[in-house]
Amino acid sequence: MLETDIIARPVFYALPLWLVFAFYLACAAALGAFSFGAWRKVRRYARGRVDPGVKLTWRLFGQGLAAILPNRAILAGDAYAGIAHLCVFWGFAGLFVATTLVLVDNDFLRFVVPQWQFLNGSFYLVFSWLADLSGVLLLAGLLLLAARRSVFRLPFLKYEAKEGAKYLPAPAVLAREDWLFLGWMGVLAVGGFLLEGFRIRATEPSFERASFLGWQVGEALAAAGLTSEAARNAFAFVWCFHALTALALVAWIPYSKAWHMLAAWYTAAFKHHPAARTLPAAPEGESGGYARVEDLTGTEQVMLDACTRCGRCHAHCPATTAGFPLSPRDLVQTLRAFASRPVANTSLAGGVVPEAWLWSCTSCLSCVEHCPVGVWHVPLIVQMRRFLVAQGQLDKRLQESMQNLTRYGNSFGSSPRARPKWTQELPFKIKDARKEAVDCLWITGDYAAFDPRVTPVTRGFARLLNQAGVDFGILYEAEQNSGNDIRRAGEEGLFEVLMDKNVAAIEKAGHQRLVTTDPHAYHALKNEYRWTNGHGRVAHYTEVLDELIGSGKLPVLHKREMRVTYHDPCYLGRYNGLYDAPRRVLRALGATLVEMPRNRDRSFCCGAGGGRIWMEDSTEIKERPAENRVREAATLAGVTTLVVSCPKDLVMFQDALKTTGLEGKLEVKDIVHLVEQATG
Amino acid sequence: MNLLVLLKMVPDVVEELEIASDGAGLDMDVARMALSESDDHALEQALLLKERMGGTLAVLAVDAAEVDDALFTALAKGADRALKVDAGEVAQLGTRALADLLSQVIADGHNLLPVDLILTGTQAIDDLDGLMAPLVAHQLGLPYIAIVIQVTPDPARRVASVVKEYPGGVRGRFEIDLPAVVGIQSAERPPRYVPVAKVRAAMKTQRIETVQAPTLADGGTVLAEVKSMSKPEETGRAEMIEGTPEAASARLCGILAERGLV
Amino acid sequence: MPGNIWVLAEHWRGKVSEITFEALALGRDVADQLGSKVEAVLLGHGVKDLASQLGAAARVISTDHEALAEVVPEVYAEALAQLARRERPAAVLTPLSNVTLGVGTLLAAKLGASAINFCKNVRVVDGKIEAHAVLYGGKIETKVAAAAEPVVLGIGPGARLADAGRSAEPPAVVDEVTVDLPEAQPIRFKEFIEPEAGEVDVTQQDVLVAVGRGIGSRDNIALAEELAAALGGVVCGSRPVIDQGWLPPSRQIGKSGMQVKPRLYLALGISGAPEHVEGMRGAELIVAVNTDPAAPIFNVAHYGTTADVLEFLPLLTEQAKALRG
Ligand SMILES: Cc1cc2nc3c(=O)[nH]c(=O)nc-3n(C[C@H](O)[C@H](O)[C@H](O)COP(=O)(O)OP(=O)(O)OC[C@H]3O[C@@H](n4cnc5c(N)ncnc54)[C@H](O)[C@@H]3O)c2cc1C
Ligand code: SF4
Ligand code: SF4
Repeated sequence: MLETDIIARPVFYALPLWLVFAFYLACAAALGAFSFGAWRKVRRYARGRVDPGVKLTWRLFGQGLAAILPNRAILAGDAYAGIAHLCVFWGFAGLFVATTLVLVDNDFLRFVVPQWQFLNGSFYLVFSWLADLSGVLLLAGLLLLAARRSVFRLPFLKYEAKEGAKYLPAPAVLAREDWLFLGWMGVLAVGGFLLEGFRIRATEPSFERASFLGWQVGEALAAAGLTSEAARNAFAFVWCFHALTALALVAWIPYSKAWHMLAAWYTAAFKHHPAARTLPAAPEGESGGYARVEDLTGTEQVMLDACTRCGRCHAHCPATTAGFPLSPRDLVQTLRAFASRPVANTSLAGGVVPEAWLWSCTSCLSCVEHCPVGVWHVPLIVQMRRFLVAQGQLDKRLQESMQNLTRYGNSFGSSPRARPKWTQELPFKIKDARKEAVDCLWITGDYAAFDPRVTPVTRGFARLLNQAGVDFGILYEAEQNSGNDIRRAGEEGLFEVLMDKNVAAIEKAGHQRLVTTDPHAYHALKNEYRWTNGHGRVAHYTEVLDELIGSGKLPVLHKREMRVTYHDPCYLGRYNGLYDAPRRVLRALGATLVEMPRNRDRSFCCGAGGGRIWMEDSTEIKERPAENRVREAATLAGVTTLVVSCPKDLVMFQDALKTTGLEGKLEVKDIVHLVEQATG
Repeated sequence: MNLLVLLKMVPDVVEELEIASDGAGLDMDVARMALSESDDHALEQALLLKERMGGTLAVLAVDAAEVDDALFTALAKGADRALKVDAGEVAQLGTRALADLLSQVIADGHNLLPVDLILTGTQAIDDLDGLMAPLVAHQLGLPYIAIVIQVTPDPARRVASVVKEYPGGVRGRFEIDLPAVVGIQSAERPPRYVPVAKVRAAMKTQRIETVQAPTLADGGTVLAEVKSMSKPEETGRAEMIEGTPEAASARLCGILAERGLV
Repeated sequence: MPGNIWVLAEHWRGKVSEITFEALALGRDVADQLGSKVEAVLLGHGVKDLASQLGAAARVISTDHEALAEVVPEVYAEALAQLARRERPAAVLTPLSNVTLGVGTLLAAKLGASAINFCKNVRVVDGKIEAHAVLYGGKIETKVAAAAEPVVLGIGPGARLADAGRSAEPPAVVDEVTVDLPEAQPIRFKEFIEPEAGEVDVTQQDVLVAVGRGIGSRDNIALAEELAAALGGVVCGSRPVIDQGWLPPSRQIGKSGMQVKPRLYLALGISGAPEHVEGMRGAELIVAVNTDPAAPIFNVAHYGTTADVLEFLPLLTEQAKALRG
């Protein structure tokens, strides 16, 4: 007898034949239940709307895979959770592979080509060792995860019933499923080791030391007085227990959040899909947006089902943090519950998702950025807002702003003729790009042109351009609000009107490149405008400053020692990945940049975006996002200046200083201000 | 319920107003026209009534710059018909002449009669020679009430219950026989926003009926002649009251008393 | 002999309105220039006694009729038209107030007379009446001549000092005259609806005393309450004041609060941030008190002073109380 014949696992060790048969029957049942659930889900996805504008490419899929395998999205920002999930992920994967190998070896090769069976000999030893390692990883990961819920009691893993959200599953139901999922996998892992222990105790093969934990369990059983005889007799029971729990888990997957193990492979590819940032088109038809559950695309339905309730979107959402009624996680859970059991003639916005949730969103994209499985919260919210706008169900103030934008092209309700008023106090005249060609066409944006707190900064940038000898001009009355935020408020038609006017004016004006002092306009110009002819490359003013300083056109004359922190605007950072130019500028000025805990793609929204700046504050507000943010800046040792690069930030944070009483401790300054001091 | 809303375009005061070279009118090349604010409320109230009680809703206006926008917007919001009276040189007409024109058009038919309620704004910023609602009521021989913030028709009894505003938050409830002309101060809710897409759709699928201006009996005599116009002295900044707090408060008290505020 | 100047004596719920006195003062000035007399027309039911307060008029024409109990423009205009046809006044001054609005227009229509609204002042030029009217929400002033007599002048508040139209003496002549009004009217007054007690609607107030962070502390709100009481208004505030819980959210003025258009808006210790100004720039008269002479609130205010609000408030309250008597 060759050694390889011995060093192998007796798969149905000491089991009566009928039990083996029963096992195969149970397998069939479990697979049947799984297939049924999965088929129902997949059929629902397949019947979902298809958005021809949102295509999955191999590249995106590859990016998704590259993020999933090392659990990158989970590790980012929460190493504890990341490591725990990595353990579970790879542990589970290992055990899954192990089980599959056994299946192939024992249920296929054994009958067809027995000489090809491979689970024996030294390969078996390595296999055993790896399988045990996987089990240990799984157990460790599960314990770490359980601790987050039981020991650390992380607040974002808790649920609350929400007013008006009757489709949001009850907190207890959600929590039960979370625990069941964790616990079940735990039982499975423990059961596996027990089974191994019993088998080893019963057969006592010395080579099984490779199953290092299983061996220990066997030893422990022996120490506890279990004879190999008794182990042999009990084996069938332990085996049955393990087999049943495993099969039941398989059957449960399509009926629970365990489904994410499959769905996420697909959805993760959409996290970096451009449409998550530039918004998909509204479905064809009357409603203007998402009216009913049928309007959801198949992909979006997979996204909803992929949600694991990890709570990251919830924990980092400025609306949730501020005490607005919205929680992106609850939104996803509500839609998911409804989509799997829809009620006819129920409108999504208002009927399923309370309107107040939808209006709370600042479109900051933090949820999308944080979501490990690639859920599209922002597109979903905007689609439902589009429906509300089409129905005329919107906030009074927002409505006024829309009227102003329609009529005057700015949200301030000012005459378009007042747009260039800010230039009057300048000692030089800015070129009118409508009349003469310029190198650099500057789109100021509304706040920079109309808000008296911002116009000094706007003039400052004009002076800097002038000083650096840049040939630049503006569109005077012809510029319109970029429409970026009104689009996010759900008024697509108005966005198009504004875009058309801007595109016409910009394309007519001779220019080499576009620069804007407004990150929201930056995003729209760069990624969302539909140009008919050419237009210049779009730059944010911090990029221009960076370039001018770098090329020596704006020499830094007075470097100043200062400790500052910098706020990444959502539409510059998360939307466009522009993080370094402003930081380079600050360093060039001699400033020491102290990062806030939430920086770059984890930056915390000021609360102004997505049309929020035009809406009424919720009455239940706990702490405005801007207040939260200035408090964060104020915790940094020795930092007295919060540098911003967005006009709305200036307004929001200066206001927040007043309401938090941090005036005097912290100053909010536009980066232009610091450059002016250092170069003038 | 047959509802008719009278709309009027007025110069948009958000824009700088310029005086024409003759010194007796606005420079209409510079001015932009906008729907009178309280007319917008009248339209909203009519839309609410139509939604509540059914029936038809027509809007009627005399031609003016940007009136088409206002009419298409009304159609997009849910009006059934929009009529525009083509009266040639209209910008110069006073409210009285406009009211005469509109009353004549209503009386002439155009399928606007029978009507149960005629709604329009209580007052417009350029109602120099009279208010639209009472003038139309007078011409058509209908009862009239204004500064109304709530209208509840009772078609069976041919009456409407209306609530009008008095000073100091007091309101008064009246009963008015139908048909009637009601001047709306503000609708029950702010005028709705209609998305651009809907207005565009209305422009494509609906049309504005143009009505030739009827000839008026008295030829639209001008009864109030604007001799000159001027801009009030540009202050821009507050007039500062100097002196000790005692003196300043006394002075301020005087100013308030002058205006009947104390 | 030129016709007399008539003033429709507005009264409401048993009280002669302030604007009546203002109109009487204005009417007297016009009558003086014209060489005629100012006469008050007192329409109503059971309010004859009010005539005694109208001493500034040379004569009061008093008409009592059931149908005149509440102002229904059609009925009031009909009564006035009958009287005017009899007596041929040169001008009729009617207040453009929430009580009387519409009467003037109907009267002019009935008489085929001129109507001129939004009058701030009236003068006599070459023996003819010329009105100074404020159009387009105050953006343009016009001089308007009437083409047909009599001219019905719609008067806004503040044309003259009310005190100038008050007289301790009763009027020299009170003529009680009758008019012929139909029994059944198509408009019937039903009831007054009082504002709900406790809950203050700041958008409905004529006078608002607004406080900002400059008020310093919650305790000082009481000072503002006193002034508001003396002026017959209510206290409201900027967002920081509401945030602190010094005033309820229903009192917040501005972008995320209420939008108001009172006759008087007193901004005390408010800097005038755009979000605040958005809510109050429509006020008829804005007075700002702020220690910082560069505060942007002075760009929207009509009057301003750089006094310390805590010092200023009690003084103003005292004087306002004294004036009220
Ligand atoms: C999106 C958004 C929405 C907003 N919505 C609103 C809103 O609806 N309503 C609103 O009011 N604000 C709103 N704000 C806030 C607004 O920007 C200002 O912060 C706020 O109006 C300032 O209030 P304030 O004038 O009372 O305080 P401050 O700006 O601090 O002004 C206090 C003033 O009092 C003066 N002062 C100090 N002491 C004295 C004294 N003893 N005597 C006299 N004067 C004194 C000071 O000179 C100063 O000018 C909003 C802000 C944002 C960003
Ligand atoms: S975009 Fe920002 S505000 Fe909106 S749900 Fe996501 S995290 Fe919250
Ligand atoms: S939507 Fe994404 S981030 Fe939010 S709870 Fe679900 S999985 Fe987590």
